[in-house]
Amino acid sequence: MPTASETTSTTQTAKTASTGASGNGGARPVRKVSPGRRKPEFTARRGFLITLFMAPAAIFVAVFTYYPMIAGSQMAFRHWNLTDLTDTSWVGLQNFRDVFADPAWGTVLSNTAIWVFGSIVPQLVIGFALALWLRRRFRFRGLYQALIFFPWAISGFLIGILFRWMFNSEFGVVNDLLQKVGLIDEPVAWLADPKTAMFAVVVANIWYGVTFFTIMILAALQSIPEELYEASALDGAGKARTLFQITIPYIRVTLALTVLLRVIWIFNFPDLIFGMTGGGPNNETHIVTTWMIKITQQGDYGRASALGLIVVATLLVFAVFFLLATREKREVKP
Amino acid sequence: MIGKESTAGRATKFTFLGLWLVFTVFPLYWITITSLKAPGDIFAFPIAYWPEHFSLENYSGLFGKADFGVYLTNSLIVATVAAAIATVISMLSAYVLARFEFRTKSALLMAALVTQMIPTFIALGPLYLLMTDLKMVDNRLGLILVYIAVCIPFCTVMLRGFFENIPDALEEAAMIDGLSRFGALFRVLLPVMRPGIIAAFIFNFVNCWNELFLSVTLMNSDSNKTVPTALNGFISSFNIDWGSMSAAAVLTILPTMILFAFASRHIVQGLTAGAVKG
Repeated sequence: MPTASETTSTTQTAKTASTGASGNGGARPVRKVSPGRRKPEFTARRGFLITLFMAPAAIFVAVFTYYPMIAGSQMAFRHWNLTDLTDTSWVGLQNFRDVFADPAWGTVLSNTAIWVFGSIVPQLVIGFALALWLRRRFRFRGLYQALIFFPWAISGFLIGILFRWMFNSEFGVVNDLLQKVGLIDEPVAWLADPKTAMFAVVVANIWYGVTFFTIMILAALQSIPEELYEASALDGAGKARTLFQITIPYIRVTLALTVLLRVIWIFNFPDLIFGMTGGGPNNETHIVTTWMIKITQQGDYGRASALGLIVVATLLVFAVFFLLATREKREVKP
Repeated sequence: MIGKESTAGRATKFTFLGLWLVFTVFPLYWITITSLKAPGDIFAFPIAYWPEHFSLENYSGLFGKADFGVYLTNSLIVATVAAAIATVISMLSAYVLARFEFRTKSALLMAALVTQMIPTFIALGPLYLLMTDLKMVDNRLGLILVYIAVCIPFCTVMLRGFFENIPDALEEAAMIDGLSRFGALFRVLLPVMRPGIIAAFIFNFVNCWNELFLSVTLMNSDSNKTVPTALNGFISSFNIDWGSMSAAAVLTILPTMILFAFASRHIVQGLTAGAVKG
């Protein structure tokens, strides 16, 4: 077994060195588990240890996450309404049909798209830029880093409240500042107009989410060997070429996983909108998950569960395609 | 390091870094300043960016009218205990997932990813019934158990990446020297893992501290409320009392922010080591 780890690390170095020499980037070395890792002679003991160590985590997640989720799912196929609990009969796909037939559904869907893409693209771009700039040492870098990480420590709900106060049409600081700078002539009722309200919640989400990209990309950048940059400088590659041919290919796995995780999180993140607009004005800033909260609060658990299943299914399909797409590239590359 | 920086490049860089810093810090400055204004001054026009009089009235109101101290204590207990236990449990599962190959491994990792896709609201009803059966509704222990389950998946994946970055040889050597696998894990591996463990704990703590929907559902009596639940109570009243709200927000943000300030280096290392290998 000691040899196993040694071989892994040597192959990694060798691979890195070769990509460096050829100068065409190449996939980030994928950790391979060599067969030497297995110890067949201790199978029973190994099995026991694996079970023993996995058990607490598995039990907790099974009991408090999967069981309620699965139990909740069956409500999606039943008439399950707090206003009329005498009838909880099986209704098949009726709840799903109701979801799609709802006149607000189109708005909810397009809001969800704006919410996810409008948030993730700026987060990725700004987070990437910050990470690149933070890579180089400068005075007070540590302090700077600590300060820009703060949003990540705050709950989505509270961020919603914070920005709700700042975007307030009468006493909000946003209007005051924009008027001082001369960008607007009179106060805008940001959260009263669906268009500006959607913009405002996305701004708040960008404020919150850039940090996560910065952290992930920054650490991935730190794993790029310096020699790669030296080689590319010798080849006379410019900044853009270095970025697209060395930096991005090298950290592609991290980038892909971060984007995947963030898309899932943002899609499934009602907290901020719940705190900021509560889905208003007139239901115009609802995304799928806040819409689900609203329907739960109205007591229609059946339809809310149907929405929940739609969320899980959508994200599952997205994750599978995303993982396949990024995996395929990894194999084509070498 | 990475090529040479031109003066223009430096200027652009620091301009953007500066602008981003202002954008990041301003909302926090603003909520703090608001919380320190006398209730009447909050709605004064023109808006005061630096109030003439500072007042602690909003804060004293929180502890006088509402039991904000109780909520803070509840949150502190629940988040600390849940985060600590979740970190320990995740360490075990992360260790196995990093060091062994077995048939159900990829299924377990996928199951961890799927937990992130489940909207809380689909599970709330059955969870409430389950907790009722366990006699753990409106009970801090009950909330702790649920939060442990919430923290485990991401924490496991994060710590797994950390374990993978540590060569197997380290444990092998310890085991050859006569330590058992447990001995090697606890006496040799854990000290090396410290930054990752700290990061995992902080991440869990922040997650639990900030969680809203589960705590609103499971904790209903006033003496058991956590901070986010209390904030939610402020907002559901028709007119938001912005003075109390901003003071409460500051008190809610402060603990996690202090944690982050002290441990931002560990967080960078810890989060990334985990996700790089995801």
